[in-house]
Amino acid sequence: MLLPLVPALPLLGFLILFISGGRMPKRAVEAVGVGSVGIAAILALIVAAGFLQGPQTPLVVAWPWLTLAGFTPQFGVRLDSLSLVMMLVVTFVGFLIHLYSAEYMEADEGYNRFFASMNLFVAAMLVLVLADNLLFLYVGWEGVGLCSYLLIGFWYPNPANGLAARKAFIVTRVGDALMTVGLLLIYTRLGSLDIQTAMGRAAQQWPQGSVAAVAAAALLLGGAVGKSAQLPLQTWLPDAMAGPTPVSALIHAATMVTAGVYLIARTHVLYDLAPPVKEAVAVIGTATLLLASFSALNQRDLKRILAYSTISQIGYMFLALGVGAWAAAIFHLMTHAFFKALLFLSAGVVIHRMDEEQDIFRLGGLRRQMPLAFWTFLIGSASLAALPLVTAGFYSKDLIVAAAWQDSPWLGAAALLGAFLTAVYIFRAVFIVFGGPPRHEPHGPTGRRVAVPLLLLSVLAVTGGFVQPPSALGGAPLFTDFLGKTLPSAPATAEAADGVTLASGLIALAGIGVAYLIAGRHWFAGALQIPPARLLERWWAAGWGFDFVYDRLLVRPFLRLLWWNRRDFIDGVYTALAGLIRLAWRLLSISENGRLRWYAAGIAAGSIVALALSVFA
Amino acid sequence: MILLWLILVPLIGGILAWIASRSGSALARWISLAALAGELLLLLLPRPAPYGRWLAELDLPWAPELGIRLHLAMDGLSFVLILLTAVLGIFSVIASWSEITERVGFFHFNLMWTLAGVVGVFLALDLLLFFFFWELMLIPMYFLIVVWGHERRIYAAIKFFLFTQGGGLVLLIAILTLSILFMRQTGTVSFDYMALLKIRLPPSTATLLMLGFFIAFAVKLPAIPFHSWLPDAHTEAPTAGSVVLAGLLLKTGAYGLLRFVLPLFPEASIHFAPIAMALGVTGIIYGAVLAFAQTDLKRLVAYSSISHLGFVLLGIYAWNSLALQGVVMQMLAHGLSTGGLFILVGALQERLHTREMGRMGGLWAGMPRLAAIAMFLAIASLGLPGLGDFIGEFLVLLGTYRIAPGFAAAAAAGLVASALYALLLIQQVFHGPPHAAPAPPDLAPRHMLVMGLLMAGLVWFGLAPQPVLDTVAPGLDNVTAFARQR
Repeated sequence: MLLPLVPALPLLGFLILFISGGRMPKRAVEAVGVGSVGIAAILALIVAAGFLQGPQTPLVVAWPWLTLAGFTPQFGVRLDSLSLVMMLVVTFVGFLIHLYSAEYMEADEGYNRFFASMNLFVAAMLVLVLADNLLFLYVGWEGVGLCSYLLIGFWYPNPANGLAARKAFIVTRVGDALMTVGLLLIYTRLGSLDIQTAMGRAAQQWPQGSVAAVAAAALLLGGAVGKSAQLPLQTWLPDAMAGPTPVSALIHAATMVTAGVYLIARTHVLYDLAPPVKEAVAVIGTATLLLASFSALNQRDLKRILAYSTISQIGYMFLALGVGAWAAAIFHLMTHAFFKALLFLSAGVVIHRMDEEQDIFRLGGLRRQMPLAFWTFLIGSASLAALPLVTAGFYSKDLIVAAAWQDSPWLGAAALLGAFLTAVYIFRAVFIVFGGPPRHEPHGPTGRRVAVPLLLLSVLAVTGGFVQPPSALGGAPLFTDFLGKTLPSAPATAEAADGVTLASGLIALAGIGVAYLIAGRHWFAGALQIPPARLLERWWAAGWGFDFVYDRLLVRPFLRLLWWNRRDFIDGVYTALAGLIRLAWRLLSISENGRLRWYAAGIAAGSIVALALSVFA
Repeated sequence: MILLWLILVPLIGGILAWIASRSGSALARWISLAALAGELLLLLLPRPAPYGRWLAELDLPWAPELGIRLHLAMDGLSFVLILLTAVLGIFSVIASWSEITERVGFFHFNLMWTLAGVVGVFLALDLLLFFFFWELMLIPMYFLIVVWGHERRIYAAIKFFLFTQGGGLVLLIAILTLSILFMRQTGTVSFDYMALLKIRLPPSTATLLMLGFFIAFAVKLPAIPFHSWLPDAHTEAPTAGSVVLAGLLLKTGAYGLLRFVLPLFPEASIHFAPIAMALGVTGIIYGAVLAFAQTDLKRLVAYSSISHLGFVLLGIYAWNSLALQGVVMQMLAHGLSTGGLFILVGALQERLHTREMGRMGGLWAGMPRLAAIAMFLAIASLGLPGLGDFIGEFLVLLGTYRIAPGFAAAAAAGLVASALYALLLIQQVFHGPPHAAPAPPDLAPRHMLVMGLLMAGLVWFGLAPQPVLDTVAPGLDNVTAFARQR
């Protein structure tokens, strides 16, 4: 019965902060803002412990929402192995980010507004992952969209931030509109939006590859692609960096972008029934992970590197989903939450203490000056680059690469190439920001509320993968087995995995080596300065020109059309009609001029016409 | 008799307010408020158990030789709409408290008489009586715009009058024709709804008459392409006028479609449904897109109404219980969210003396309460789940999808378009660098009370709509049952 309290507590925190409207002292705001998520995390742990000790049967708590002509959505939360993992990730990583923010945002005027939005964000995400009903899930789904809008545009006096915020909301809403149609289709054809019921009926009623299954899966995929920033709706995420850094950490790690991965995993039955869509998921994931890696390789802005890295890592999760390695996707979602939160939070320390400087080429030599930031960023980077054996990212990425390889060598090769690029781009940043000679003196201390989350996340970024070491290392698939109660396991990957594990380990190391060459003043970096390479670099740095194309193809023609029609042409029709009537009135009033001669002539002419008509007709 | 009082209370209250204004304008305001509170009380008073299909009914002869009766009846549908009328009426009086300073008595007289007309429209079951109330709500509204409106009030008022009067003329012709045909068939003269329901019409005649009713109601709704009076009228009207126009007068169009068009001409309506639904979908998208194109804050909100009422038209012609319930929910939620937005715009105009969004910006810091409430209403307007508008839109879409998946999918595109204008509003007015140097005062407690109630209502509709659905259901069953009898 504690389960509903997990999302309710952050919601309560939001309500207190919202209604108080900034009249509470900062300490109280902090206590409510951080405390609500902290207690939710503890409750989540208690609930999880109870679940693990018991028979592990799903736990459902529901209240009625409305009942209408057979349409009976409920406010239902459901705890099974999948939502349990998601709940723990969201509450724990969310709590650490909140704790960090308490210090990081201390000087900001909008302290209360910040924590209100952050609490609502966590609450919405918990609703999303715990909801037992697609309509209730959609409440959380739109809720995280709203909160991301509020937080990306948190520093609202700058119009650029507002633009980034609106872009995030509107681009993801394109996906949401598709998802809405998906919900309409699922309810109309299957008669329920209850996830378990609908999935059960889909498996019974829809044959493999049927039009309905393909359409439903594709429409939900539209929603997932938007929220998870995958091709072709990925353009909002790099701009979402406009928000405060803890917000980026929350969006990229614990909430929002993982929602799409979760949705597909949750409705995996549909994707199994729709092989073309499942294949599309794999292809979208692969394409996204490669494109975003190339873009990350050419950024100057530290946060944008991390943003493209998120797009790319979610691409890995989509690839895993597309090849049916459901559990591997969730595994990577979890480890990614650890190391990406860590990377953003330590990057936040760097940016904060260097006067909001985000350009990596203006930073440098911070290794000695900021040991805490350096070591934690290094650990995060190692985990992202999947440094073999010692990092969490290695175990989860390895599982994906192995599954991709087994599905198709093309996908496997692309995943390996992506792993290489990942190591290159993140260590390029590490070498440039922390290596070399120091440039500026950092200022300000780092307090405990910042240090503790960094250290805890570092531990998780290293050890989080030990829940499932690869079989080559004599491990047991604990994590996938646990998730196997909710998500069907991928086919055994034992033999294929050994070679892949070795290859991906070596590739990560090679990537770090190349990064060293690029970042340093080596011949290698110089060789990249040739004109064609520069051109390519600019193209990739601009995110492959997606923004440019959308701007020219969609945004500008739309605005032009609006400008033409800003007065509403339909109104113009009525105005013209009114003008015509006025003209007729003028013409008629000419005849009424008071001259007797005209009237007499008029009467005569009229009589002649009348006579003529009567004679000839 | 309670039904008659529902109409008489605002009528008498209006006259009293006018007379009392000689001894002080505050008295006129308090009398109006008291009358509307009385109206609310009257509505919520415990009644004897409903008999038959009506919650309450009153049927008295009026002009027997012409077949005109004083026939009033209330079912769940009329009940919730009259409830909305009383609530928005109270909000309008409060919102005008400091805005209207000239001819206060006459203002409240007009406001109360418009409201009486609206209540009459929701109750009348005699077609000529209905037409009488239909006209009754127009004339005072015309005065509200033309006397207390803004810069282009005369243009807007005349446009409003011509459009609605044109629609009214068509309606009158259709009503008279229907009655004459009824007399030829049965030999008795009657304008009574229940009697006219029994008339048999050849399909072509039915279609023509249906179109007559439809055009009158579509102008009021408004449906594309009869919408162009709305942005001008809403923008130029004083705040109370805009709230009543958007919150209530538009709903009389939807009510007319539900009460008269569908039951009187079921076959013709079904044949006409694809066209009406297409008009609805066009309205959803065209209204939202044009709202996004506006620079005048009030025009933006006005165009957003066209978009929301598009869902109403779509749902009415999808004609199943999901869609119809969605229609009613959409009407109630739109009344609150858009009514609230108009009150906020009025408050802003009172403080800044402009409606141009280009001259606003950065108001969040100075008036955080107003800004936060505007944010709430804007996201309610764009259909955020958990608030009333979402329930309305989603039920309409759900009901439409099973009839016409294509229309439902196209209407879903409106979700994106509504985000465009709602977020533009927030950006232009509250975000960005501050324009006005001395921050104007934030909302007064009086406004906060109104806004708090509005927001609570929207959350209630969004999270626990069951009481509303249960109240309305028998009324909507009436619509379908009357149509089935044909």
